[in-house]
Amino acid sequence: MSEIRIDHVSRWYRNVVAVNDVTMTIGPGVTGLLGPNGAGKSTLIAMMSGFLAPSTGTVTLDGEPLWRNEQVYRKLGLVPEREALFDYLTGRQFVVANAELHGLADPGAAAQRAIALIEMTDAQDREISTYSKGMRQRIKMASALAHDPAVLLLDEPFNGMDPRQRIHLMELLRTMGAEGRTVLFSSHILEEVEQVARQIEVVVAGRHAASGDFGAIRRLMTDRPNRFVLRTGDDRLMASVLLADTSVRGARLRSEGGIELEASDFGRFSEVLPRLAREHGVRLHEVTPTDESLESVFSYLVAP
Amino acid sequence: MTSPVVSRTIVRLGVRSIFGRWRGALLFVLPAVLIGLSVLARALVGQDDEGARHTLYGLGLVVIVPLVALLATSGLLAPEIDDGSISYLLAKPISRHTIVTSKLLVAAACVLAFAALPVLVAGLVLLTDTPSYAVGFAVGALAEGVAYCALFALLSVLTRHAVVVGLIYLLVWEGLLGGLLDGVRWLSVTRWSAAVVQQVADVSLVDDLPLAYAVLALTVVIVAGAWQTGRALRAFNLTGDE
Repeated sequence: MSEIRIDHVSRWYRNVVAVNDVTMTIGPGVTGLLGPNGAGKSTLIAMMSGFLAPSTGTVTLDGEPLWRNEQVYRKLGLVPEREALFDYLTGRQFVVANAELHGLADPGAAAQRAIALIEMTDAQDREISTYSKGMRQRIKMASALAHDPAVLLLDEPFNGMDPRQRIHLMELLRTMGAEGRTVLFSSHILEEVEQVARQIEVVVAGRHAASGDFGAIRRLMTDRPNRFVLRTGDDRLMASVLLADTSVRGARLRSEGGIELEASDFGRFSEVLPRLAREHGVRLHEVTPTDESLESVFSYLVAP
Repeated sequence: MTSPVVSRTIVRLGVRSIFGRWRGALLFVLPAVLIGLSVLARALVGQDDEGARHTLYGLGLVVIVPLVALLATSGLLAPEIDDGSISYLLAKPISRHTIVTSKLLVAAACVLAFAALPVLVAGLVLLTDTPSYAVGFAVGALAEGVAYCALFALLSVLTRHAVVVGLIYLLVWEGLLGGLLDGVRWLSVTRWSAAVVQQVADVSLVDDLPLAYAVLALTVVIVAGAWQTGRALRAFNLTGDE
């Protein structure tokens, strides 16, 4: 059982802050690191894998520092986001080389086991340059699993995978988590994370925005105020009717027509809206959420 | 925990990475040019001291050897650092010095095969009757090439533009300024190796450069360059695509 501890860690590049005073502990099981692109997920993973020094604070694996300590790789496997591999090798040669570099007693057998685990046995003797994006992702995964690590870090592992490969990788991560390994992967897609991860850590704009199981995170994300634009048969009547309901916090008639509306309880609002419209005989032409982008969902979480 | 000085896996990967890219072909072209010109010179003017000196020094030691070292070293380190695939070597419990030593061993083998041996052959073609002449230049070429490898390896981990910086250094410092200013000989890998050549072969290339100093300077560059490269790799920052 291994544990990565991030203690009051900040990291800046010149005067740009990438990670801002983050404290979190990644324990056994699958943890999802969720956040929009550019939130600092890769920077955090780079520090957790010993490829970046924190500007302040400490990152440790079972008490050992990760920076400038190559011995940590005995129990840590990393699947980087970048695509580049040793293209001139076959998949098998690549994984065997990784196993050899770990100094394993039987690198050939270790490589075969890892390749079988990620279902690449059929393609293992092809050159990596001929691989698809999903196959590259999987052979990267095999190279990180060759030494059977207690900790596995994956940076955006589902990128470029087709649905079948995605499901397979999700199963694999779940199994590894159930075996007691510490598995952490990053993603910018909530649905992806909540299907696999028991624990979710949300980072937004370099800050640790939320932490918890997926139910808690899901509630945080859906219980925020939601903004919509409605176009109806009778905007003034509909606005006054909706404003009377507790699920709505504000409504404004737009000069160009339509209602700008802020709902405080999305669940209730989505149920009340069609009922009220029917009761008052108002036709709903259009209901458009105006802030559904992931960034706005996340930025709500860090709003002061 | 101690790890071996040289990793066979990294050596094997290194050899494949050099010849797996188009740059590898250039490694065959450069010595072919040197030997081709030597054959031509021998055929046209016969065994001529002056011509041999110009070819082996002016073309061999000043141009071919540094370029082979630059190609070999940058082919071994720069592309992997550029595309981030070096992380597969670094995310392993092996000493960073082992990684550097293994890579430099491959680079040194390239220098031997594509610079020192061709210089030997060219020397034997040009002055068949005095083999010590060819041997002297070959020894100098090997020492020079390995020193350049260490220098360019360090350059590869310090800057993303190692090839450009390396070429500018060769052209401006070693080539242009080295030819114009006498004092540069004290800080010039090519001149140091010329001092080594003079010791074995009966030829005059640089004035007033003690052999002991040249050998010491070459050794310092090789050892310090390799050591610093390993230290820099220990603190290697892998940045994502963000």
